[in-house]
This record gives sequence, C-alpha cells and structure tokens, in this order.
Amino acid sequence: MIAFILRRLVQSVIVMLAVALVSFALFRFVGDPIASMVGQEVTLAERAEIREALGLNDPFIVQFWNFIARAATGDFGISYRLQQPVMELILSRLPATLELALVSGILAFAFGVGFGVYTALRRGSWVSGTIMTVSLIGVSLPTFLIGVLLIWVFAVELQWLPSFGRGETVYIGNWWRTGLLTESGRASLILPAITLGLYQMTLIMRLVRAEMLEVLRTDYIKFARARGLSNRAVHFGHALKNTLVPVITITGLQMGSIIAFSIITETVFQWPGVGALFIRSVQFVDVPVMAAYLMLIALVFVVINLIVDLLYYAVDPRLRVDRANAKS
Amino acid sequence: MSTPILSVRDLVVEFPTRRGTLRALDKVSFDIAEGEVLGMVGESGAGKSLTGAAIIGLLEPPGRVAGGEILLRGERIDNLPPEKMRRIRGRRIGMVFQDPLTSLNPLYTVAEQLIETIRTHIDLSEKDARKRAVALLDRVGIPAAARRIDDYPHHFSGGMRQRVVIALALAAEPELVIADEPTTALDVSVQAQIIDVLKEICAERGASVMLITHDMGVIAETADRVAVLYAGRLAEIGPVRDVIQRAEHPYTVGLMGSIPTLTQTADRLTQIPGSMPRLNAIPQGCAFNPRCTRVFDRCKVDRPELIARAGGRQMACWLYDAAVQGEAENV
Ligand SMILES: Nc1ncnc2c1ncn2[C@@H]1O[C@H](COP(=O)(O)OP(=O)(O)OP(=O)(O)O)[C@@H](O)[C@H]1O
Ligand code: SF4
Ligand SMILES: [Mg+2]
Repeated sequence: MIAFILRRLVQSVIVMLAVALVSFALFRFVGDPIASMVGQEVTLAERAEIREALGLNDPFIVQFWNFIARAATGDFGISYRLQQPVMELILSRLPATLELALVSGILAFAFGVGFGVYTALRRGSWVSGTIMTVSLIGVSLPTFLIGVLLIWVFAVELQWLPSFGRGETVYIGNWWRTGLLTESGRASLILPAITLGLYQMTLIMRLVRAEMLEVLRTDYIKFARARGLSNRAVHFGHALKNTLVPVITITGLQMGSIIAFSIITETVFQWPGVGALFIRSVQFVDVPVMAAYLMLIALVFVVINLIVDLLYYAVDPRLRVDRANAKS
Repeated sequence: MSTPILSVRDLVVEFPTRRGTLRALDKVSFDIAEGEVLGMVGESGAGKSLTGAAIIGLLEPPGRVAGGEILLRGERIDNLPPEKMRRIRGRRIGMVFQDPLTSLNPLYTVAEQLIETIRTHIDLSEKDARKRAVALLDRVGIPAAARRIDDYPHHFSGGMRQRVVIALALAAEPELVIADEPTTALDVSVQAQIIDVLKEICAERGASVMLITHDMGVIAETADRVAVLYAGRLAEIGPVRDVIQRAEHPYTVGLMGSIPTLTQTADRLTQIPGSMPRLNAIPQGCAFNPRCTRVFDRCKVDRPELIARAGGRQMACWLYDAAVQGEAENV
C-alpha cells in the first residue's frame, strides 16, 4: 500500500516537472518578457540591466530551477496585464470555477449513473431509446452551442434564469467567495453547470450502460439469480457495484476535464472563474497567468488521479494487499 | 411410487431467430426421484445446460420454453410468475455452475454472499445466518471456516472456490441441486473431492441431484440413473449400471467407447465419427441417423419416441421397437 502510494507520488512529481518545463518554456519563447513588462521609452541599456536583474541571462537549468522553486511556493510573478500577483488573481477566481465544476460533476455523475443503469436494465423500452438518442445529441453538440441554446431558451425566452455572471456572492472565511448560499447565486449556477456537465453526463451514462450490460452477462450475476436473490439485490447490490469500479476511474478523470473545459462555459456565461481569466490572459499574452493556469490544471489532474487510484483501491478488494494475500 | 421431485414432460425450448425458429430441446422427458442422482451426458451443444436453465427458469432471452411442462413435486413451475419462480430458485432448486473462478462476485466477501443468500430465503438474524454460513463452509470442507469466511473469493484456490459455490447453492437447503459440469474447470486432482462433497451433502439431506457432465467416469461412480442427450433429444435414460455396462442404443454404445481409460486419455466425447448436427440441420427421422452404424430405412423417416424397456430403461431407437425386434428375431 505504502509502496503503491509512493510510486504514484513519484509519478505525479515527474508529471508536474514536465508541465513546469512547458510553462517555463512559455516564458522563454512566447513574446519578450522585458517588452511585456516595461514601456516604450526604456533604453536598451536599461533593458539589459533588468534582464540581468531578473536572472534572464542565467543558464537554462538555473532559471528553470528558480522557476520551480518559486512555483512551489505559489509565486508565479506579477500579471503583465493586471499588475497583480498571479497567485492572488487565481485564488480569487478559483472558488467560482471549483463551485461550478463540483456542481457539474455531481450532476453529471448522478444523472449519468442513473440514466446509464436505467437504460441498461430497461433495454428496448421507448424511454431508454429516447434517452439514448438525446444523449447522442448531447455528445455531438459543441459546448458553446449548448450554452447559447440554454441561454436563449431559459434566460431570453422564458426568463427563468440569469444568462451570465455568478449572481450575488458572499464570503466564507476571508477569501472563498461562494454563490451557493444566495438564491441568485444558485440560480446563476444552473445553466452553466448543465452546460459544463452535459457532455460528461452522456459519457458517464454510456459508460455505465455498456459496463452494466457487460456485468449483467457475467457468471456471478447468473449465479446470484440462480440463488434466488431479488432483482433489486442482483441489480443494485451486485451488478451496480461491479459496474462502478471502472466508472469511478473515468468519472474522477472527467472531473479534471470539467475544470479544464470550464474555459468555454465560463466564457459563454461570463463566469468569473480561472478559465475566463486564462482566456483573457491568452488574448493579452499574459504569460505568468498562462503558466500558472497550466500548472494549476496539471496539479488538479495529478491530485484527482491520486484520489481515483486510492478510491479504486478502497472499492476493489482484489487490489488490496492484506493479510490474506500471504495465505494463498 | 411417490411423486418424483422433478418431472420434465415433453420439454421444448426454442430460440426464435431471424432465419426461423431453432428448436434446441425437443420433447425431452425425464423424472428425478427423491434423493436420486441423475447424470446427464451428451456432446457439447446437446442441450444439457439449456435443460438446467429451463428447469430453474433462467433461460436467456430470446430462448423460451415453447412446450411441455416442468413439475416440482407435482406442481408446475414452468409457468409461474417471475417473483414466485425467484423464491423457488436457491430455496427449492439450487444450481452449481461450471466455473468457480467467475461464479462468485469478486467485490463481496464469502460471508456477505452466503449471509445474503441465506437471509433471502430463511428468516434469520444476521448473527444466526452467519453461524449457519460458517457451519456450511465447514461442511463443504473449507479449513478454518470461521476465519476464512471473511475473505474475498480471490483469496481462495479454484477447488476451494467451488466448495464455496456449493455452500452457496445449498445455503437454503434446496430439494434439488442442478450441477452443470461442476468440475470441468478444476484441476484433475481436486475434481473427485468436489464431486464427493456435493454427493455426500446431498445424500445427507436427501436432496436430489441433476449432474451434468462430460465425464462418464464421474457418472459411473456418482449417478443412480443417467440420461443421454443428443441434439436436443433424449436418446436413452436408465439405471447407470445397465446403460454403461450393457449399452444398447447405438449412440450410447459410441459414447461408452469414448470413456477415457488409463491408457488413453481422451477427455471429451468425440470418438464417434462425424459430429452432432447443428440445430438448423437436424435430419428427418432419428437425429443420430447420419452417424449411426446400424441405421436402416425407418430411421430416416420417422423419429423414434422413448420406448420403455425392462429394468426402467427407456430408449429412443427403432432397433428396440417391439415390432422391429420381432422382425429382427424372425430373420
Ligand atoms: N442464444 C442462443 N441462440 C441460439 N441457439 C442457442 C442459444 N443458446 C444456446 N443455443 C443452442 O442450444 C444448444 C444447446 O446448448 P447447451 O449450452 O445446452 O449445450 P450443452 O449440452 O450444455 O453443451 P456444453 O457441453 O458445451 O456445455 C446449442 O446447440 C446452442 O447452439
Ligand atoms: S433409430 Fe436408427 S439411426 Fe437412430 S439410433 Fe436407432 S438405429 Fe441408429
Ligand atoms: Mg453446458
């Protein structure tokens, strides 16, 4: 167990280093950092001085090391565009993104598993057919189109829900601004959460359905039926649990994609999260923010991966190295 | 004679397909008496597993019982509503499948699966069900049952897992146990032990057994009577001694020729020249006629029904039709 976790941690560190290298390369190769930082009137000599002072003339490996050392403490420098510490910028917008991603993730998982199980158990019913057809549309429509459609129907035509922004927010602690505690905050969350989660929901649903059909064909399900267990016990006690083992992995990894893909949704709904921040930064070649965002997303993926592995471990006894292993 | 535990009467199982209906079991009839072990043999695809699945009500769609009836202690069970049939499974008819490696849910401990099964059928507290589960495991020969019961299936070897499967099948003390090739997937060294355990416990409880197998040796040692299935039809059924030692039906004679001996180790019943017809190409008359060494005209026209013979034997072969016998004797 310990060895397993250690191995995973080492792998995670390697992944993070690789991403750090890419982020670092951004600084070096995208635009001229000095030009981005200073005005037109600064002389060449002064520019050289700043270059020296910033350590931009140091050997590559030294610069990279400094970058990692600072990144590890959360220091990604100052945003070129907003002239604020990058970390501060990101932290102030992170709650918006995380709340959106979490709600979409939960929606996607709950409905994905629910519909998946339903369509697997009621194969051939017209409700299942309808769900499957609609889900195909869900997979094939681009996210921004779904967002725009939802806005058009529910915000413009029906005027039930707000079309942009986070609504009213309140602070929890001294930096987490939440929209979950106010009515307008929750109302504002609905459309973006659906937009962001729809694709993942259909993915999870199709996965659950395929996996469940597979499991229902296994010998242990036949044997469970042959023992006279109720349909409920067979379907939800035996089949579903086995279905969820692989589904957990995929769903967990989808959480990473949800956060990464929130860029589009945040842009469509003018959601003040890190995704929207990133898009603006790309427009302005605000390299420190771009680099920090890259690292953040990588970190999210790595952490989620770790959690998923541990969950997998907890669910599937075959992976557990316990006392009995020595016996057999 | 008392009512048999199980009576199968003219059972027909069909699979509707796009290119017509396949008849996988065609008018199969047999009884299993109280406490009796009925062996069921036949080549691969003969319909042995389907017979078991039809009895326990778990034919996989589109397969369906299209005719005949199945009676458990004289009561029809082939037309019961699903919920009623479910209560019979496990409680009155237990089933052991071929592969113990895949028969157990890998995510639940043996205790969880046993207790769940026991409590499905018998009104017991969790604690009492557990006691019973431990006793069962002990009975099927799991050493240190009280401790091992909380292990997961993958902690057990194949032979031990099949013991667990037997414990599960017998958990609610069914009157009839259908064992579908219970040892085929196991190491040769443990096969005999598993059969013994199954046989002993069923004998102890007076449960009847339908033992499906390819292994004539196992049949000879274990079964009281044996049914020979060919292409979804019963070729012969009778007491093991008679059928094996004085095989008369041409197909059974061929089968007996394929019993592995010490010098020759054919383990499948493949020594009769030719192969069993596919379900969509069963010949007219006797299904065995293309391969039969003693085939004659009538075999290609009329299908032989089971004919009762001395000693409780029944045979589907025109050679043993009274009229033909008369003819044969006159020649
Ligand atoms: N879903 C299906 N559709 C069509 N035919 C089927 C289907 N399932 C089984 N059959 C046919 O039913 C026949 C009997 O199958 P069964 O599994 O009972 O054979 P068996 O005697 O148990 O053979 P084995 O020794 O290989 O286990 C086979 O010929 C098979 O082709
Ligand atoms: S009925 Fe004819 S073909 Fe069939 S087994 Fe008897 S002799 Fe052979
Ligand atoms: Mg079979």
